[in-house]
Amino acid sequence: MFGLDMSFLNWEIISKFVLKGFIFSIELTVIATIGGIILGTVLALMRLSGIKLLTIPATFYVNGMRSVPLVMVILWFYLLMPAAFFDLIPGGANNRSEISAIITFIAFEAAYFSEIMRAGIQSISRGQVNAGRALGMTYAQNMRLIVLPQAFRNMVPILLTQTIILFQDTSLVYAIGAYDLLKGLTTAGKIYGRPEEAYLLAAVVYFVICFGLSYIVKKLQNKIAIIR
Amino acid sequence: MTWDWQVFLNDDGSGRTYLQWMMDAWGWTLAVAGCSWVVAILTGGLMGTLRTLPNSPWLVRLASVWVELFRNIPLLVQIFLWYFVVPKIFPVMQQVPSFVLVVFALGFFTSARIAEQVRAGVQALPRGQRYAGMAMGFTTAQTYRYVILPMAFRIIIPPLTSESMNLLKNSSVAFAVSIAELTMFAMQAQEETSRGVEVYLAVTVLYAVSAFAVNRVMTFVEKKVQIPGFVVAGATGGGH
Repeated sequence: MFGLDMSFLNWEIISKFVLKGFIFSIELTVIATIGGIILGTVLALMRLSGIKLLTIPATFYVNGMRSVPLVMVILWFYLLMPAAFFDLIPGGANNRSEISAIITFIAFEAAYFSEIMRAGIQSISRGQVNAGRALGMTYAQNMRLIVLPQAFRNMVPILLTQTIILFQDTSLVYAIGAYDLLKGLTTAGKIYGRPEEAYLLAAVVYFVICFGLSYIVKKLQNKIAIIR
Repeated sequence: MTWDWQVFLNDDGSGRTYLQWMMDAWGWTLAVAGCSWVVAILTGGLMGTLRTLPNSPWLVRLASVWVELFRNIPLLVQIFLWYFVVPKIFPVMQQVPSFVLVVFALGFFTSARIAEQVRAGVQALPRGQRYAGMAMGFTTAQTYRYVILPMAFRIIIPPLTSESMNLLKNSSVAFAVSIAELTMFAMQAQEETSRGVEVYLAVTVLYAVSAFAVNRVMTFVEKKVQIPGFVVAGATGGGH
């Protein structure tokens, strides 16, 4: 159909070229999400602390990251990462792009996650905070027992949506030649002389994963929404 | 390390300095982003409107498919599809310059997000607005043209602003098909001059300046077309 031929695909090619990239894409997404949420929460709490020494650097970091294209951030980290750093990690010298990509995505996504966190924390009404205070809770207790559980519940759908966007963005490691899902498929496509089919297949794979995940998020959203 | 900003005055081998090359590249970035923005607003506005039509389930479905399709495939893959796959399937497209292909790729990608915002904007309006249009004897088209869309487009300006800034940043992905824009310049100049930090820094500043300019322009427009007495809830969203 349309001069396309998908018949070159078989299990051998998938396991030889595609699987490795697919695993890296998933790995990158999961590590960047977890790392980004942790670093993002720290940044959000810094910005909400009201202490200038913490607020200013956090704001600067978040706004800085958010005003630069991801591709440029990927290139920056790859350029500035010292060679000695990769030698510290076993097998690091052969996987420079991949390691650099993981660190970049944690640092970059933290800025976006921190904005989601901040909005979530601010969405909790003052009355809740005041009630905690009235019960004699410390700031930490108030955060841990009153604010964050509610904020997190409000945020889960947005955090998951951001993770889906993150998964799409992992394809941009193309800029530094890291071996991800897209690279795996295009490599196979080039070797077997079927580049167009490989791109089309990449689109289908990304679509199925992202569409499936966003469907699940939508279902989840209806389920966990706090009824007010 | 020491700074070497003189590098921008060096000849790049074709008779122009790196500075001139960078300014040309900035122009390409703005051109890609500007043209894509027009495509994105037109198709996004259309698809978002179609999704809210009251009695046309097939148009609603069509627009939903559009949104899901362009939202769930990474931009880089979409650019490759336009650049490699579309010309293969439709040989007519082989004549189309890659600039145009990238504009459509980026424009349609962004249109899916804008469509969602337009839909949210229309649905955020009180139902009475639509009924008022019907009571005046307007057709559906007239109701949208004179009542709903002028309101909806104004209340979605804040999210449109961040989406426009995203579009500008996303134009960097055009490097993948060798459009001579800023990111492409950054990668090539870095390789040729080995002054990566200076080159990247200059490019990063240009991106930040452009994004800030978009923000100012949109804020200006927002103030100009503000509906008196109509409070707009600020919408925050993820994405980039």
